[in-house]
Amino acid sequence: MLVGEIKQTDEELKEAAGAGNLKALTRPTILGMLAAREAAADAGLLENMEGTGFISANTVGGMGHTEQYCLDYLDVEKEGDFMEYIGTHNCGDSTERIADYLNIKEYVTTINTACSSSANAIMLGARLIKNGIVQRVIAGGTDSLTRFTLNGFNSLMILSKEQCKPFDENRMGLNLGEGAGFVVLESEEAAKQRGAKVYSELRGFANTCDAYHQTASSPEGYGASNAMNKALKSAGLTADDIDYVNLHGTATKMNDLSEGNAIETVFGDQVPDVSSTKGFTGHTLGAAGGIEAVFSNLSISENILFPNLNFTEQMEELNFSPLSDVKEGAEVNNVLSNSFGFGGNNSALLFSKV
Amino acid sequence: MNNGLCISAHCRIKDNSAALNGETVFTLEEASFTQFIKALYRDQKFEYSKFFKMDNLSKLGFAAAEILLSNADDKIMGEEVGVVLANANASLDTDVKHQESIADAKNYFPSPSVFVYTLPNIVIGEICIKHKFTGENACLISKSFDSDQLFEYTMNLFNNGKVSSCLIGWVDCYLGEYDAALFFITRNNDKKSNFESERLKSIYQNCS
Amino acid sequence: MEELINKLKAEIIEVLNLEDISPEDIEAESPLFGEGGLGLDSIDALELIVLLEKNYEIKIENPQDGKQIFFSIQSMADFITQQKVA
Repeated sequence: MLVGEIKQTDEELKEAAGAGNLKALTRPTILGMLAAREAAADAGLLENMEGTGFISANTVGGMGHTEQYCLDYLDVEKEGDFMEYIGTHNCGDSTERIADYLNIKEYVTTINTACSSSANAIMLGARLIKNGIVQRVIAGGTDSLTRFTLNGFNSLMILSKEQCKPFDENRMGLNLGEGAGFVVLESEEAAKQRGAKVYSELRGFANTCDAYHQTASSPEGYGASNAMNKALKSAGLTADDIDYVNLHGTATKMNDLSEGNAIETVFGDQVPDVSSTKGFTGHTLGAAGGIEAVFSNLSISENILFPNLNFTEQMEELNFSPLSDVKEGAEVNNVLSNSFGFGGNNSALLFSKV
Repeated sequence: MNNGLCISAHCRIKDNSAALNGETVFTLEEASFTQFIKALYRDQKFEYSKFFKMDNLSKLGFAAAEILLSNADDKIMGEEVGVVLANANASLDTDVKHQESIADAKNYFPSPSVFVYTLPNIVIGEICIKHKFTGENACLISKSFDSDQLFEYTMNLFNNGKVSSCLIGWVDCYLGEYDAALFFITRNNDKKSNFESERLKSIYQNCS
Repeated sequence: MEELINKLKAEIIEVLNLEDISPEDIEAESPLFGEGGLGLDSIDALELIVLLEKNYEIKIENPQDGKQIFFSIQSMADFITQQKVA
């Protein structure tokens, strides 16, 4: 089974996070610690977290350890270190632990809307700032590979045995992955005040419901086009202004058809550069929107567009192909990042150069 | 303070009883959740065969939404309706069932139709599919019914023009225990049921 | 064959939670999916794949094959019989 697995063991990752002495850390927690700490350090916040909230998305919680120990939990005679993990099963555990690790005392919460989770975490962060509840937030998500998700997605027969080929006519499904991705969001005023380095402005965002099926997206991509159009509207921009779309692009038959049709609904025959970066990461579920928000911001700050790996043949139903080679020196002013989840939960974030 | 919004209907399902705006519409003594929700479906004539494919959480939320919206004005339904639900047990009730199907290596048949419900927001999707709601969704997890959280989140959606009406509330179930309290929030100047946190709380506490 | 068809009808009603349908309501030849059929969807198709594996030890690797196999109860029964012989 091909997966986007992070090679380091939990122990190695714990060492890297300088958290070797902390107990009962699940894999999503450690991955999240590393990514959120890197984001905070990059923003120069590590020393002072005052006024900073933390919103983390997560879908599997401590399932990895529950799978490992659930039979031990049930055995009343048995005792041991595994008992520490009982309290880590819920999705909120990793969020609380990461917040403690970073010494964040303000607003802390967890979002789980499946594969759109961390895009929604970023949206919630923006709203908290807009409403003056916090000055800034670290927002994104973290998830690890588990048997629960591997078996579940396998039962839906949407796992590819080969490397995933998003937006390719011969795509065979997705590869699951693991990871964490966080961005630091800040009010313009607070950023100016402390002379912060700014990658982009989160200029617009929207969340819509596809209202079609529990898991499958509608063939015409109604919810997806609606999310992109509403994000454009909230940013005061039009489709022409978009230079690049980081696609949800899971490489399942349904997602790519639905999202492809939605792209054509929004952009007509003027489709900008688009790519799915899931060929690099696999589908990291609750972390995907956060990781892809980081890619989108790097595209803006570094003028570089990341390619859609493994693409060879354009989809029959579509009139466009994704970007298959890296594009450097591109003028990237406005980027849409799509994240769609089970439940028909569709989100689009719009980042702009400042 | 009047914010121009009102609670135009509320529905409660718990303890084998369903009520609309505080008035009981159906009860069934001494029944399990499975028996009760099936009897409620028949009694209220939902006529939606997909109902029986849903997990318990979705059945509960779907039934409560059906009753809640039974008298709703068709004009305000649709595109700009948002859904904000909260609960304590997320999708644990179904997660357990999925886990059971993969616990025994000799009898290893994970069910796709169970797996698709191992997320707490699928109930929102089911309600949206039935009523063609395509506005913003959110699913919040908290220890208990938190009227402030629901109120503030919903006000923000209205204030930012994200929704024109909104179905909100609490839908929770785990191992046979269940509780649903839904509210339909619309733009209307109804002084008696002005949309405010205190009101949500008192309806939740008093209507059972 | 008759026996297999009746068994399949009962199994399908059970695994797909077709609460309002009884075995007599299902014609062996009529389509299971789409309008006019039993209104089954893609998840139901996957569930039928699990059913074949669990109860008949027949593994379907490519979900696309399901379209033909699960066209009707009759086509399912034909497929099972053919697999058992092979």
